[in-house]
Amino acid sequence: MSFVRTIPSAPLPPPVEARGAVLWLRQNLLSGPFSALFTFSACAALLWLVPQLWHYFVADAVLSSPDGQACRQPGAGMCWSFIANKMEFFLYSSYPRDQVWRVNSCLVSGAVLITWLLWPSARSKRLGGALFFLVYPVACFWLLHGFEALSLRTVPTNLWGGIFVSLLVSLVGIVVSLPGGILLALGRRSQLPVVRFVSTLFIEFVRGVPFITVLFMANTMLPLFVPENWSPDRLVRPLIGVSLFASAYMAEVVRGGLQAMDKGQYEGAQALGLTWWQMMRLIILPQALTTVIPGIVNTFIGLFKDTTLVAVVGIADFLRTVETARLDPAWAGPTISTSGYVFAGLFYFVFCYGMARYSLLMERRLSSGRKR
Amino acid sequence: MRSVCLAAGLVLALASGAQAGVLDTVRQKGFLACGSNTGLAGFGLADSKGEWSGLDVDFCRAIAATIFNDPTKVKFIPLTAKDRFTALQSGEVDVLARNGTWTQSREAELGLNFGAVNYFDGQGFLVRKKAGVTAAKELDGASVCVQQGTTTELNLADFFRTHGMKYEPAVFATSDEAIKSYDLNRCDAFTTDVSQLYAERLKLVNPDEHMVLPDVISKEPLAPAVRQGDSQWFNIVRWTHYVMVNAEELGITKANVDEKLKSPSPEIRRLLGVEGDFGKGLGLSRDWAYRIIKHVGNYGEVFDRGVGENSRLKIKRGLNDLWSKGGLQYAPPVR
Repeated sequence: MSFVRTIPSAPLPPPVEARGAVLWLRQNLLSGPFSALFTFSACAALLWLVPQLWHYFVADAVLSSPDGQACRQPGAGMCWSFIANKMEFFLYSSYPRDQVWRVNSCLVSGAVLITWLLWPSARSKRLGGALFFLVYPVACFWLLHGFEALSLRTVPTNLWGGIFVSLLVSLVGIVVSLPGGILLALGRRSQLPVVRFVSTLFIEFVRGVPFITVLFMANTMLPLFVPENWSPDRLVRPLIGVSLFASAYMAEVVRGGLQAMDKGQYEGAQALGLTWWQMMRLIILPQALTTVIPGIVNTFIGLFKDTTLVAVVGIADFLRTVETARLDPAWAGPTISTSGYVFAGLFYFVFCYGMARYSLLMERRLSSGRKR
Repeated sequence: MRSVCLAAGLVLALASGAQAGVLDTVRQKGFLACGSNTGLAGFGLADSKGEWSGLDVDFCRAIAATIFNDPTKVKFIPLTAKDRFTALQSGEVDVLARNGTWTQSREAELGLNFGAVNYFDGQGFLVRKKAGVTAAKELDGASVCVQQGTTTELNLADFFRTHGMKYEPAVFATSDEAIKSYDLNRCDAFTTDVSQLYAERLKLVNPDEHMVLPDVISKEPLAPAVRQGDSQWFNIVRWTHYVMVNAEELGITKANVDEKLKSPSPEIRRLLGVEGDFGKGLGLSRDWAYRIIKHVGNYGEVFDRGVGENSRLKIKRGLNDLWSKGGLQYAPPVR
């Protein structure tokens, strides 16, 4: 029979509209009237916004102008030369310039240790953890503050400031608040009435007053109630305030995770004969903390941005140095304030966005068993 | 409630450290704790290198110079407007030199003593040169940019009402917005304290097209403050300023102070400690005044360097000129 084909004909290509860019466009951008409307308005907004940003940050920006004269011309955009000139001040504030290697080595070693701890596949994290939580704070304190025996001259904390103090305050807040928050959350759910009462009282009290109040309390009340030579350093006071405040918030986030645990998890652990601490450490907390990663990171990001409030108690944090820099008569001009604030915005965005991305990565890694 | 706590704290603070005078404590510590502004152009501001300079900063350096013969023995503690008086009351700072206005209630109720006025400030007006206005009283019918909710706003209203003139206030939440709107021609004048007007003027697109009117419509005497109860310390702070004013009056500068030691003028000889020991009564050395002038300079030099001709602010001496030149700076004689 000659009409039967023995060789199959080559398959036809799929219709143009069912593949490639056109399909993607139809499915993602123009799938309905609303979708199309949003697509077009988003495009219009981008067309309007991008050239403006381009002009502000690049085309009209002043890259180099040693005395800032070019930044004072009408129509000038971002004054990068102001940022470049003040960069040292933003980083270290009044820390003596011949000693800034001490700050730098602390920042660099801190960055290395944090990367070590946060890198998912890094080795010997126990060693890293011990270094970061035990050795690093002490070493950095001696390094930054000074140690006469090693001929490191003392740099009093009233000279500390800038980005490094902002990072210091946030780091202390973050490092103290997670364990502090876990302990408070466990305490609040404890069977022991005194522990429960104290934890609840602390959380509700600290959470019930604004952060600024906590800072003012730490700053003005502490020195009034202790003798002059016992009064804590001006930088230590807000550190205490930040740690207390962040711990109270963290406690509630962690408690949310504990509430979300199924009762069967507790019963299963108890049936295995685990002690209460073993149960918490091996069964409950790993699951509870994984559940509330978004909440934890949310608290961290909030804390990082809240550290700017320490300026109200006279600590020269990063934003305060921007404020000081923009007042400098040597640079004063119509575009200087905006440039300073835009730079501050970029700085905070980079850090917060970094934290957010890292938390997403961790969520994906840790919750693969529950992924929908 | 707050005052009860403050009082309780004060009692504690006094009980713990009231016996030794401030001068002894400062000598023991080895430095002067100076409450400074967190940042105010011309008065106390850190530059790109993080070095503090300005009128108030130099004042603290002068006190350190007279005590230690070393103007660097100062620890500047930046204080905000909210915590400045508590820091002084609790003994955290020895002197508060941060453009604080001397008022009756602060002295009577807060337990402070204000030393000599080191800057006579007051509210003024910034106008465009081409508007042809030469005095505040010619501002009838003008629109004025002003920051909201400040005494500045109230003083402005008082001034125009007193003189039976009309004005249109344009009120803004921040000083930055107010000066920007003024620059965009939305008002004929911008008002705040004169010391600030000069700093704000630099933020305009063309600072040279604007001028500060000579009139001052309010009293803002800025003076360093100390705690009450230690007259010796209060005298040292007051006389530090008077030495600088006397030095200017007698023509002694940082540069020529060594030459002036040989001057035949009895006033100069007394001030510099060549004749008589006037530092003794203050618990200071014989050359107490010489140290101030040698390390920091006379009042005119400090003024010019911080806010006047040699700074970018270029504030005119005005009320802060010597009494002999039509200003208010007058110092009692050293004798």
